Amino acid sequence: MKRISGTSRALIAAVALSLAVVSGASAEPLMMNGAGATFPYPLYSKWFYEYSNANPGVRFNYQSIGSGGGIKQITAGTVDFGATDAPMTDEEMKKTSGPILHIPMALGAVVIVYNLDKIGTGLKLTPDLLAGIYLGKITRWNDPKIAEQNKAVTLPNADIVVAHRSDGSGTTDIFTNYLSAVNTEWRAKAGHGKSVNWPVGLGGKGNEGVAGVVKQTPGALGYVELAYAKQIKMKVAALRNRDGNFVSPTLEATSAAAAGVAKSMPDDFRVALVNAPGKDAWPIAGLTWILVYKDQKDPARGKAMVQFLKWAIKDGQKMEAALDYAALPKAVAEKVDKTLRRISFKGKSLY
Amino acid sequence: MAARSGKISKDFAFEKASAFFASVVLFLTVLLFAVLLRESLPALRKFGASFIVSGTWDPVREQFGALPFIYGTLVSSILALLIAVPLSVGAAIFIDEFAPPWLKSPVSLLAELLAAIPSVIYGLWGIFVLVPILRDAFMKPATKYLGWIPLFKGPVYGPSMLAAGVLLAIMIIPFILSVTREVLATVPQRQKEAVLSLGGTRWEMLRIVIGQHCVPGIFGATVLGLGRALGETMAVTMVIGNRPEIFASVFQQGYSMAAVIANEFAEAGGLQLSSLILIGLLLMLVTLIVNLGAKGMLSRIVARAARGI
Repeated sequence: MKRISGTSRALIAAVALSLAVVSGASAEPLMMNGAGATFPYPLYSKWFYEYSNANPGVRFNYQSIGSGGGIKQITAGTVDFGATDAPMTDEEMKKTSGPILHIPMALGAVVIVYNLDKIGTGLKLTPDLLAGIYLGKITRWNDPKIAEQNKAVTLPNADIVVAHRSDGSGTTDIFTNYLSAVNTEWRAKAGHGKSVNWPVGLGGKGNEGVAGVVKQTPGALGYVELAYAKQIKMKVAALRNRDGNFVSPTLEATSAAAAGVAKSMPDDFRVALVNAPGKDAWPIAGLTWILVYKDQKDPARGKAMVQFLKWAIKDGQKMEAALDYAALPKAVAEKVDKTLRRISFKGKSLY
Repeated sequence: MAARSGKISKDFAFEKASAFFASVVLFLTVLLFAVLLRESLPALRKFGASFIVSGTWDPVREQFGALPFIYGTLVSSILALLIAVPLSVGAAIFIDEFAPPWLKSPVSLLAELLAAIPSVIYGLWGIFVLVPILRDAFMKPATKYLGWIPLFKGPVYGPSMLAAGVLLAIMIIPFILSVTREVLATVPQRQKEAVLSLGGTRWEMLRIVIGQHCVPGIFGATVLGLGRALGETMAVTMVIGNRPEIFASVFQQGYSMAAVIANEFAEAGGLQLSSLILIGLLLMLVTLIVNLGAKGMLSRIVARAARGI
């Protein structure tokens, strides 16, 4: 038998030590993995940071790879939670290994931005005008139909340069969903989805791409997320809502849209908040959801997930406005709370 | 004896090792091709050959055709070459033949620095600087006076096929420039001096020298630039306008194969995903065809140049 040399002994000690560190890691924080939508990423980051500070036992790792990616990963079971801006389709729901719950976390709004030199923010548009512009039927800014709604300003005799997203996105899904809801011709010609066959316009990649086209092109009009338009201070249009009022896009108007549909909110929360009733409701809004399996496989992880979601729909909601997200109305948050009780391990609620 | 067999076995091992590395490269290429083919099968089955002649791209109704993307990729790349080749060759000749020594290294250093800039930076610069300048200083006047030519027909928005071509040209200049300089450097100094000593002007000297020696090399440099232009994604998608339609005017928008993949891949599923992968396969084939064609032309040019001497 060989004698164990000094170096070997040191090596063994090192291995033993590192094993001790690794086994010690089980007492380390639980790492919850998630992936999905980019839109709520700033909000989720803030939440994860604050929540982990208050609860050192749980940490989060979130990859903002897009809603489609979030759905794919939760379907494949490679993450603890997914996140999406567009609800899963029935077909997608069939592919998962168990029932999936859509947990609303926040509200987003899509706003109309434009670049007109002499005209300030708040240009008035009706649903038909907006659809007409995106269908390529209204092509000039001084079109009598636009002028009729904006008698106080002189509209320029210039082309409307239409901008839209070129990448597949939840923002486009909400926007085209709205156009389909308010205009039959749009529904027949283009329909709605994360990417569609646009009748006219320039495509920009991401919110920043659309904003870039609009900012750089005189006479351009496009759609971006409310938070994005606010942060870079773009001119936004007021839109006539279902109740016939011209509404400017604000966080309050967005929450009002969710309050307007709170009563008719389906139990699975898979709903688009477009053309919502309510006198102050902004008509192009949407929920953003976290996706979790109803039947959790690991009691500890499931418990941690539910605790976090409970916190997010109560304390978390207070952080939304500062980051330009609209908070869930109270009635909706209460309904979500009930849904959280359904998340279970072997039939036992983890709430 | 033992030493020699050791040598032979080392040779043997080296040969096998290098063969292994070569086969890894080959294997990866075949694997890439096979996976692209497998994933694109649903789209291939559904649309068949109509995929490359159809101009519809409708994710809602699941109707897909790649023609506008193929057109956009080829046209933007050709525009880029039309601009970049004369510019880079001219610049290379100036740097090597005419520039005073103190100017040589800063100019070539700066030109090579262009190659190190990430393409997303080019794209941002394209949106915020290049497109407004092109629009106001060139496209608007051009469409006003030459708008009757289909190539320059308005309306002018800014993001366009032309913007993509110009941006790509700027991106491939450093490649064509530095290879052209290498090629110029291979011309024997004595030959140049011989032309001059026979009373030739500098222009004649360059014409003869470049005609004799450098055409194949410059052609190779062009193909290198073309390869880069065909596959460029981020910068193009930021300035081309992303509109899957075919226009005769270079002031109108377009879309490229790489751009549509980058734009729609993340959120695509089903037939749309399969169609995007099929576009990826086609892009690979287009690049392959262009490269093979270029190789064939290159060998012909080399043969002709050899006969000429």
